[in-house]
Amino acid sequence: MGTMEDGPQLATYRDLLIRYMTHESELVIEESELLSDFLQEHGVSPADLVTMHLEVMKQTRTLDRATLRSMEFLINMMAGYGREYWEHQELKHKQKQLDKEIDVAAEVQKALIEGKVPHCDFADIGAISEPAKKMSGDYYRIVNDGKRLAVTIADIVGKGIPAAMCMSMIKYAMDSIPENKQGAPSSILANLNRVVARNADSSMFVTMFYGVYDPVTHVFSNSSAGHEPGFYYSAQQDCFFDLEARGMSLGLASGSRYKEYARVIEPGDMIFLLTDGVTEIRKDRDFIEREHIIKLIRRSMHLPAARIVRRVLYELKRMQHFELTDDFTFIAMKF
Amino acid sequence: MNLSIERENQRINTNRVVVSGEIDVFTAPEFKKNLLPLTELNGGALILDLNKTNYMDSTAIGVIVAALKSSVKHHCKFSVVGLTPRIERLFEITGLTELIARTQVGGGDTNE
Repeated sequence: MGTMEDGPQLATYRDLLIRYMTHESELVIEESELLSDFLQEHGVSPADLVTMHLEVMKQTRTLDRATLRSMEFLINMMAGYGREYWEHQELKHKQKQLDKEIDVAAEVQKALIEGKVPHCDFADIGAISEPAKKMSGDYYRIVNDGKRLAVTIADIVGKGIPAAMCMSMIKYAMDSIPENKQGAPSSILANLNRVVARNADSSMFVTMFYGVYDPVTHVFSNSSAGHEPGFYYSAQQDCFFDLEARGMSLGLASGSRYKEYARVIEPGDMIFLLTDGVTEIRKDRDFIEREHIIKLIRRSMHLPAARIVRRVLYELKRMQHFELTDDFTFIAMKF
Repeated sequence: MNLSIERENQRINTNRVVVSGEIDVFTAPEFKKNLLPLTELNGGALILDLNKTNYMDSTAIGVIVAALKSSVKHHCKFSVVGLTPRIERLFEITGLTELIARTQVGGGDTNE
């Protein structure tokens, strides 16, 4: 708390106030803003400030009794605001601590998401994931065990910390499912559905796409649990198709079964996977249609996969004035 | 988001909830607070009218899922009407359409 002796704060305040009262008002505004910031930073409360004001007035003017009394009344009134002010300061402090904790949690989460894209002889792969806030509810994982390439992309309902916590659960569930290495997409999703249905809150659910590519047979097989369809690009037809797959989101109902889809991938074909943070993007009032995303992909599909994903992300962010409203994940695979 | 609850005249325990505007991560808690108690009226019916809803995100779907599970538990007939094409697509993709259809057949195959 500032004391009301004739300290530097009071002197500065007196100087500014006198200049303000003697017609320099325009020039003083900027300085007074600086002083106000300074005083706030140094814990001068609203009541302190009015006391300071009264002090200066007493020193420089002869105040009549009524004015004097009114100022004292104002100081009393300000005391209440002062309590608010201290509470606000305390909250700000707590907020800072919380922010720091979230920063740490976000770091832990970043380490959890296997962001590394494995090296692949038979495909060029790029992946990018960006949270709307610090914590992400998106998850992706790309594993190449030498025999098969497995790719997972998932979107946990909601944003922020609850979604991030659910994401960690998904990650560990995936790691612990024994068939994970050899399993068919349909059985992996059925297993994960059991985990989510058992452990998540009733309004929580997860959409997931799981695909496996066999470089010997060139077959890409996949299942989807309520996930936004990806895109399949056929080089021969020079045409994009929805990577259509139907299935219930994880956690909606116990015992959900998943259909498996398969297609032969030719050299030059591409697969793009995304979360609905991509398709739910709104450009001003209108939604960005899937056709538009295809256009964006077409514009950069001649580039290496890692650059395609970065470019598409940049373009989509630009449309939203560089402020993501939802977590965003995008994977490109060029065969 | 604007939410109104109308009690349908013909049957005492039938409520119609009309939501206009947007249901997203910010308005979903209020949506949930209003919707869920109406699913707990044993033997009643609840109609969720989304005709005037112009946007919903997956958080809103989550609330509808919770309402669906709760209504199965309380033998409350839950239906959703007035889906705009965009919302219908969201329902289709996430599997919510199928889940609603299943509970209306009386299967009640939700995880609660």
